[in-house]
Amino acid sequence: MATIEQQFKNVMQWVDDRLPVTETYEKHMSKYYAPKNFDFWYIFGVLAFVVLVNQLLTGIWLTMSYVPTGEEAFRSIEYIMRDVEYGWLLRYMHSTGASAFFVVVYLHMFRGLMYGSYQKPRELIWVFGMFIYLALMAEGFFGYLLPWGNMSYWGAQVIVSLAGAIPVYGEEIAVWVRGDFNMSGVTLNRFFALHVVAVPIVLLVLVVLHILALHEVGSNNPDGVDIKKNLDKDGKPVDGIPFHPYYTIGHDLPGIVLFLIVFCAVMFFYPDGGGYLIEHPNYTPADPLKTPELIAPVWYYTPFYSMLRAATFPLFGMTAKFWGLVVMAGAIAILFAVPWLDKSPVRSMRYKGIASKLALASFVISFFILGYLGTVHPTPVKTLLAQICTMIYFAYFLLMPWYTSVEKTKPVPDRVTMK
Amino acid sequence: MIRRLPNLRKKVIGLAVLTWASCLFSLSCVAADAGYPLDHIEPDIHDQASLQRGAKTYMNYCMGCHSLEYQRYKRTAEDLGIPENLMLKHLVFDPDTRIGDLMTNTMSAESSRNWFGASPPDLTLHSNLKGGPDWLYTYLRTFYRDDSRPFGMNNLVYENVGMPHVLLDLQGMQIKTCKQVPQVAPNGGDMRDPLTNEFIREEVCGEELVRRGYSPLEKVEGTGSLTTAEYDQVIYDLANFMFYIGEPARIDRTRIGWYVLLFLAFFYVFTWLLGREYHKEFHRES
Amino acid sequence: MNVGRRNFLIGATSVVGSAGVVGVAVPFLGSWNPSAKALAAGAPIKIDISKLVPGEIVGPIPAWRDKPVFVVKRSEEQLAKLNSQNDRLADPDSDEIAQQPQYAKNETRSIRPEVLVLVGICTHLSCSPKFRPAIAPQEFDAEWVGGFYCPCHGSKFDLAGRVYSGVPAPTNLPVPPHYYESESVIVIGEDGGTA
Repeated sequence: MATIEQQFKNVMQWVDDRLPVTETYEKHMSKYYAPKNFDFWYIFGVLAFVVLVNQLLTGIWLTMSYVPTGEEAFRSIEYIMRDVEYGWLLRYMHSTGASAFFVVVYLHMFRGLMYGSYQKPRELIWVFGMFIYLALMAEGFFGYLLPWGNMSYWGAQVIVSLAGAIPVYGEEIAVWVRGDFNMSGVTLNRFFALHVVAVPIVLLVLVVLHILALHEVGSNNPDGVDIKKNLDKDGKPVDGIPFHPYYTIGHDLPGIVLFLIVFCAVMFFYPDGGGYLIEHPNYTPADPLKTPELIAPVWYYTPFYSMLRAATFPLFGMTAKFWGLVVMAGAIAILFAVPWLDKSPVRSMRYKGIASKLALASFVISFFILGYLGTVHPTPVKTLLAQICTMIYFAYFLLMPWYTSVEKTKPVPDRVTMK
Repeated sequence: MIRRLPNLRKKVIGLAVLTWASCLFSLSCVAADAGYPLDHIEPDIHDQASLQRGAKTYMNYCMGCHSLEYQRYKRTAEDLGIPENLMLKHLVFDPDTRIGDLMTNTMSAESSRNWFGASPPDLTLHSNLKGGPDWLYTYLRTFYRDDSRPFGMNNLVYENVGMPHVLLDLQGMQIKTCKQVPQVAPNGGDMRDPLTNEFIREEVCGEELVRRGYSPLEKVEGTGSLTTAEYDQVIYDLANFMFYIGEPARIDRTRIGWYVLLFLAFFYVFTWLLGREYHKEFHRES
Repeated sequence: MNVGRRNFLIGATSVVGSAGVVGVAVPFLGSWNPSAKALAAGAPIKIDISKLVPGEIVGPIPAWRDKPVFVVKRSEEQLAKLNSQNDRLADPDSDEIAQQPQYAKNETRSIRPEVLVLVGICTHLSCSPKFRPAIAPQEFDAEWVGGFYCPCHGSKFDLAGRVYSGVPAPTNLPVPPHYYESESVIVIGEDGGTA
């Protein structure tokens, strides 16, 4: 018995002399001290990773049967759904996974906003995270064209045409992106390459950077307390606990299983999500002559789509179309600036003042309303509502330096609070 | 069990030519959903008898123009519990068809485009496209006589429809009519005579009938080989079959789904108990 | 801390979790099986041999699971020489059960003596052998009495698809299930009884 352990030790020593396996494992797992007071909101990072693995595996498997040409793409999806053994399951895992990815990422981002996880010294974590979100949006967009259904086609048509709003060169850029004067098999082919090779590589690199940056400065927590300020005699944080096994098994594993229950319930029983996860017009092949009656992007883009549509009047000599693009791009770009917009002396919403709480609440509500509005036909009243919500969305960020610095905050405790 | 109709192909081609002609003369082959409230049905993909009857109706009346080109005969036969040789013998018209083939129709895309100006759409995914079987179920029951149309037929669900009513012989002719219906009481219910307790009726027409929840159509006595109830059953079976063929994996999906959820619930118990063991450590003051 | 309880729970969770991993693997592994499309392409096909001249071959034609199938009509001379070199063959009596249906386990490995049906895939590494019908010395064999020669790795088979000794291929070329629907039509891909 002892000899086997000794042999294992020898092997590990041999490897460690050449590759820092043990050191890496300890740094990121068994000796990575995470604050003890993580709550429910701290599961979504891990869940995003689980979904990422799901997307990679099912995605690789789908490419084995999918044909990225204008003539065969739609048929090959039905081939996967009917002729390939368990093809329907792999496809639903992927399509449901896409929506699940955005659900967990949105909740993960909300957690960051709520507990001030972006504040110094975690600005880079936030910025990498935002790049991940951006890459994810690109990934979802490229991927949505691949089934080559009519909604895929026209959705991509609309978004690519946005490039046309760029002054002077817009039209040429749109043609260049499509590789054709209209959306065509050429466009499909390049989107396929981007979806299955280029963006996933970028995404993986960003995820590594996100985690490396996190483990360099350590995790924030619901109190926003810096646990490195209270070390015991061994130099370990008193309020910290090794990530593995205490969080991995004690917190994450049951959380993952709970998530899988929800995920599987949707995937097996409502895979098209009543038309929100797989839109009904996408059950007919792409038809360049027939626009679906309502072009609605998949739900995770609808808040931004609403903002795009909310720009209805020309300004400063530029067209409404141009301003729509500016508003939409701005809505995403401004997220990157959050670490420098928050001037509050405290991190967590627990100790911030009433102004911050109201601001965050109205931001979330307006984001939901915008999301809903993006799924329905615009009417004058709804457009007005979308404009108001767009103002609230931007006000949340633009006024942040002001309300976070003038409001009265509560004192932050020295130690984390355990419930 | 399953009987093949004579001369069907000729009939279908004839209808196709007529449809195309109607488009030419009326300039209105573009039709639109009219917003008519759909009748709801609960499809049942486990009712093989219903699915078989639906398949038979489809093969006899629809397949001539509308292919099911994403689905294979073999899969359909297996899922519906039809022996393969019976499937080929009674439900497939082309003798060269093999059981593993896709359910395409013999009308080539080119010739159909010549007849119609556009190919009649493939209907494999029609049920998914319409978000369920209700649309088809209502559509096939709401054709009515309309002399302003080239075919003399129109449809409540699909206004100015280009497709002829291929099931007219079964259903019989319907006409749009006014009906004597109970007046609406101030409380929203049906108004009754306080003395006789009978409904107080009034004549209502068109849209208003629909708004009050009545069908504006009436069957012409003596037309059609089926009663209304029999015809409704035929259409239910057909809509049920279309619902099935939109996603044949649905049977496996729900079955496997329950097993997976049961397994995960079982697994959760262990992970929760184990997690709690580790969580005890969190509260130990170090 | 109760170590026993914890270890039990770790064990139980691992076991159930492993079952879950196996379950997840099923669709990933299963999707590599031949699809319904591949199975449909593998359905039996019919071949008309009425125009086939003795000594000639039809094929390779894609038949029975889209494999290259040879149909050879052996001449009388070829048939006469067929069993002249049995001592040089690895399995002259076709004892390898899996390589042919029962009705083709005979001296000519065929239903009708003159007509040979073979799956033209070398049993070594799946190249398709060349038809070399001439009864004449070849660069690879001085005593050649006609047969198949695989250009990839030099395996040799006689005109019944039987493998020679001393070549890389381990077994005879397989005979696919087939039957005669009529005098001139062979159905390849299923046995006569199951039609």
